[in-house]
Amino acid sequence: MSLTLLFFVLLLLSATGFYMGRAAAVGASATTQRPLHSLSSFYGWYVLLWCGIPAMMVYVVWIALEGPIVELLVARTMPEAAATGNMGLALSEMRNIAAGITPPGAASAETLRAVEHYKWLSTIAGAALWVVALAAGVMGLAFARGRVSPELRARNSVERVLEIFFLIASVIAILTTIGILLSLIFETVAFFLQVSPIEFLFSTAWSPMLAIRPDQVGASGSFGAVPLFLGTMLIASIAMLTAVPIGLMTAVYMTEYAPKVVRAWGKPILEILAGIPTVVFGFFAALTVAPAIRDFGALIGLEIAAQSALAAGIVMGLMLIPFVSSLSDDVINAVPQSMRDGSYALGATKSETTMRVLLPAALPGIMASVILAFSKALGETMIVVMAAGIAANTTLNPLESVTTVTVNISALLTGEAEFDSPKTLAAFALGFVLFVVTLALNLVALKVVQRYREQYE
Amino acid sequence: MSDVTHSGGVGLPSRHIGDEAAKRLKRRYAAEARFKFFGMAALSAACLSLLVLLWTIVSEGYTAFQQTHIKIEVEFSPDNIAPAGTADRRRLMAGDYRAVLFEALDRKWSDVTDRDGQRLLEGLFGSGAEVQLRDMVVADPSLIGRKVEVWLLSHSDVDMFFKGHVGADEASGGRMAARQVAWIEALRAKGEIEKRFHGRFLTGADSRDPEMVGVLGGVMGSIFTLAICFLLAFPLGIMAAIYLEEYAPKNRFTEIVEININNLAAVPSVVFGLLGLAVFIAFFGMPRSTPLVGGFVLALMSLPTVIIAARAAIKAVPPSIREAALGIGASKMQMIFHHVLPLAMPGILTGTIITMSHALGETAPLLMIGMVAFITDVPGGALDAATVLPVQIFMWADNPERGFIEKTSAAIMVLLAFMLVMNAGAIWLRKRFERRW
Amino acid sequence: MDAKQMDAIKPAQFPASADASPAKMAVKVACRDVNVHYGTKHALKGVGIDIRERQVTAFIGPSGCGKSTFLRCLNRMNDTVASARVTGSILLGGQDIYDPKIDVVQLRARVGMVFQKPNPFPKSIYENIVYGPRIHGLASTKAEFDEIVERSLRGAALWDEVKDRLNEPGTGLSGGQQQRLCIARAIAVSPEVILMDEPCSALDPIATAHVETLIDELRENFTIVIVTHNMQQAARVSQRTAFFHLGTLVEEDDTAAIFTNPRDERTQGYITGRYG
Repeated sequence: MSLTLLFFVLLLLSATGFYMGRAAAVGASATTQRPLHSLSSFYGWYVLLWCGIPAMMVYVVWIALEGPIVELLVARTMPEAAATGNMGLALSEMRNIAAGITPPGAASAETLRAVEHYKWLSTIAGAALWVVALAAGVMGLAFARGRVSPELRARNSVERVLEIFFLIASVIAILTTIGILLSLIFETVAFFLQVSPIEFLFSTAWSPMLAIRPDQVGASGSFGAVPLFLGTMLIASIAMLTAVPIGLMTAVYMTEYAPKVVRAWGKPILEILAGIPTVVFGFFAALTVAPAIRDFGALIGLEIAAQSALAAGIVMGLMLIPFVSSLSDDVINAVPQSMRDGSYALGATKSETTMRVLLPAALPGIMASVILAFSKALGETMIVVMAAGIAANTTLNPLESVTTVTVNISALLTGEAEFDSPKTLAAFALGFVLFVVTLALNLVALKVVQRYREQYE
Repeated sequence: MSDVTHSGGVGLPSRHIGDEAAKRLKRRYAAEARFKFFGMAALSAACLSLLVLLWTIVSEGYTAFQQTHIKIEVEFSPDNIAPAGTADRRRLMAGDYRAVLFEALDRKWSDVTDRDGQRLLEGLFGSGAEVQLRDMVVADPSLIGRKVEVWLLSHSDVDMFFKGHVGADEASGGRMAARQVAWIEALRAKGEIEKRFHGRFLTGADSRDPEMVGVLGGVMGSIFTLAICFLLAFPLGIMAAIYLEEYAPKNRFTEIVEININNLAAVPSVVFGLLGLAVFIAFFGMPRSTPLVGGFVLALMSLPTVIIAARAAIKAVPPSIREAALGIGASKMQMIFHHVLPLAMPGILTGTIITMSHALGETAPLLMIGMVAFITDVPGGALDAATVLPVQIFMWADNPERGFIEKTSAAIMVLLAFMLVMNAGAIWLRKRFERRW
Repeated sequence: MDAKQMDAIKPAQFPASADASPAKMAVKVACRDVNVHYGTKHALKGVGIDIRERQVTAFIGPSGCGKSTFLRCLNRMNDTVASARVTGSILLGGQDIYDPKIDVVQLRARVGMVFQKPNPFPKSIYENIVYGPRIHGLASTKAEFDEIVERSLRGAALWDEVKDRLNEPGTGLSGGQQQRLCIARAIAVSPEVILMDEPCSALDPIATAHVETLIDELRENFTIVIVTHNMQQAARVSQRTAFFHLGTLVEEDDTAAIFTNPRDERTQGYITGRYG
């Protein structure tokens, strides 16, 4: 709570800085009889930034680092836990006791000591933060206030700082990518130290759940991810077989045939379909589509699993229809009207024009949209979690139940996760594979789209 | 030229007239009609699947706003609760309301004396009825010692049967015993069982019993999460877009930033969950299961899309406006804040709202960071453990009990309504401030 | 108008091949009282004209005068514009092309069109040519298609330039070659009439000269209608010229007559460059 309070105190301090800076500038201008270089409010902003930025930087860095540092200090007082190698567990127990989540009753004496130490350090750190952050703010304020004079180019300085803020904001996207890469690579390497990459990539035995049984300390579940890769491919392929023909034909119909009324209704309907959350599609798949497919199979004497790849794939395909159709719509529309004119002037019908001129001309763009849709299908999670199940069958039969990469990522990480078990790390290894594959697909698609755009510009 | 003979040229009959040409033409028009039919079929398939989906959800879910209640006379005897005049909330909460209910059952069905029968009677009511009685007494302690007629929530199984979602016995999906069916029919004849408006579904949080669940917990979680997400993604997105559109030099670095943003927009959402788990929770030690972390993760996920939308809106402001501002001596920053941004703002807002509505439906990354916990309180802030509406839907959908199908569908209706409002807002903004250059 | 001015715009010489009087040829397309509305805009007002066989008829006039609009009526390309409405009668070889019994696809096979900007399909040169014959079912064997390709490319005076690279994309040719490819593509279908909508406006002078020579040669086998706002071009390639102004057909006559002795003041004003 005191953190929030400090935040507002710092804001208040900065606001004070604004008024002080502005008043100082106006005053200085009046006494020296010289005009201000910038509008008076820029002097206010100048002081505000000098006050607020250091204080907030201290605040944010402190909060980010306080936890890990305090825990490091506490961990050094816990030789027993360090000896047994259960430091992670001991620390989380200690945290929970300190936060009052678990009663201290069953804890060891060492843990209780650590709890006291932890609380003490946290209190010290909290108080120190107040002092340091306020000091940084006040010092910045005093410094900037001292520099205010009519000649100070306050506007230029303020705009300079804003520009740097803008740059930082645009770099966040890169930081995110680096964050994703680092966290995935870090945990994936940790995983491969325990499980051989060869097993992961080529073995067909997948049973990670075994590894969490207490009598199997360390890694001994099997982590052959081939069934996951196959299952992902199978479901994504079924989805593409559904989405691409329907989506493409929809786009063709909407761009070339549909009368105004149909377009006026069709577009929003497709947009609604595109806006439906995947969890809803998942529920629909599990509640309606899967049973319907199974019943249909029973009717014609086919045995279809309750959670068949077919059901998940078809529903995922439904989800992707608007995606494929809107992207294809764009690329078909981008084919110049002169191509259509040229074809019609030769006496071609609409379908001949579409099939023989428009689609071939738009092919790169359509390929790109198909690739993007495929990458989306690979990464889709909720539909498969709810409709495909977790049975790791090595099969390409769409009537059977298969599992996917994303299902297992979410299954392995749902619930309390400890970062040293191969079960948790396996999720990151799977995530890494997924990230690399989808990234490659996206890059290819973006490249294709770029070249396609250049062709008609 | 003279070696060229054109059958369609001057003096010769055209190859485009005549029986053979007519026959060819007929074939071509058949192909044309086929093609057009495929197009219409594809569009119809897309529309139809949406209709079936919505129909499934609404037909399953609309009944959840009503719940089956049974009228019964209960006595709040002090023995079971606390002496009359007690105002201490904690003591009132601790009362034995199950006993209150059972006594009432014994009085109403005094003819049922065998143990099996009593168990079946008790089975007509779930834990909801007890909570209802408790809440009545907590709200009004003067009830203690009095007898009142109340409409109590029936068990979810009764509710499903009474609403007609299932039949009575197991073969038709129900879980009712023959005697229970007989009692229900008797109650129905007397008008002592009916569907009544069920406000708890809109004001409550999660529960183990379908008749007790509510969506408010998820809705509030979603609101807090989205608020954090918006507060981060919106300003950062605008700032990044301003930099890329107005300041960034055309160099390798800018190019990498742009490619990176486009790629990030297509990274699977589940990967952002992994990022959140590894960075925010494991590294920075932010609290698990909270809207704070959820908002951070969704903000990182939405940021690229917001940037792309904001850039498009900023780019759409014609250069003449910029030149006009610079021409009268405005600084670049003043030009941006006084002219470009206000003109681009409707577009930016529209894009951001649509992105937020996608973030609202996002489920997978939030599972990774523990927003999938069973939480029976409505969260009061961004630091309380919470779940969000789509995750709530996921958890209910996972529950095998029949009553949850109805609740899941209804929660989906609430979620879709939530999104509809957001999108309607975006459309309104677009229409209201649409500008043509 | 004084003689000096006249000299300035008079073509160097009229095409030598103008046999007899151009007005004596049989009528190929007869138009009566053609009106076109785009929405509420009355774009073409009561145009009546006879287009004669085996001749080049040029439509001239300032931009927005309706000449292109009228051209697009002749093969019903205006059908692709949703707001366009055409009334009046246009008879091709005695048949009204706006008769519901007439099939627009068939009509366009008989009345080909070449556009302002060369618009080859993003396919090979070969595929560009055979596209029309293929959709109309005019040939079935490879040999037949090969023959059509050679004949059409020779007809468009392009064969020698591209015969070794028929499988390269048509979009890789130069502007003038692309336009001749489009002409080859049009004649591959064996039309009776070829409409050309400012076919040289996107070309450089040398390419323009090529195309103009080609038009003159094509006259032997086809009826050609060309829209141009280049009066010299009209004078060079056409036998008959029609002058459009503000949506009306002002005057139509032998090209020589129009350029030397226009009857209407507006025509004279236009060809002497008083407006345009």
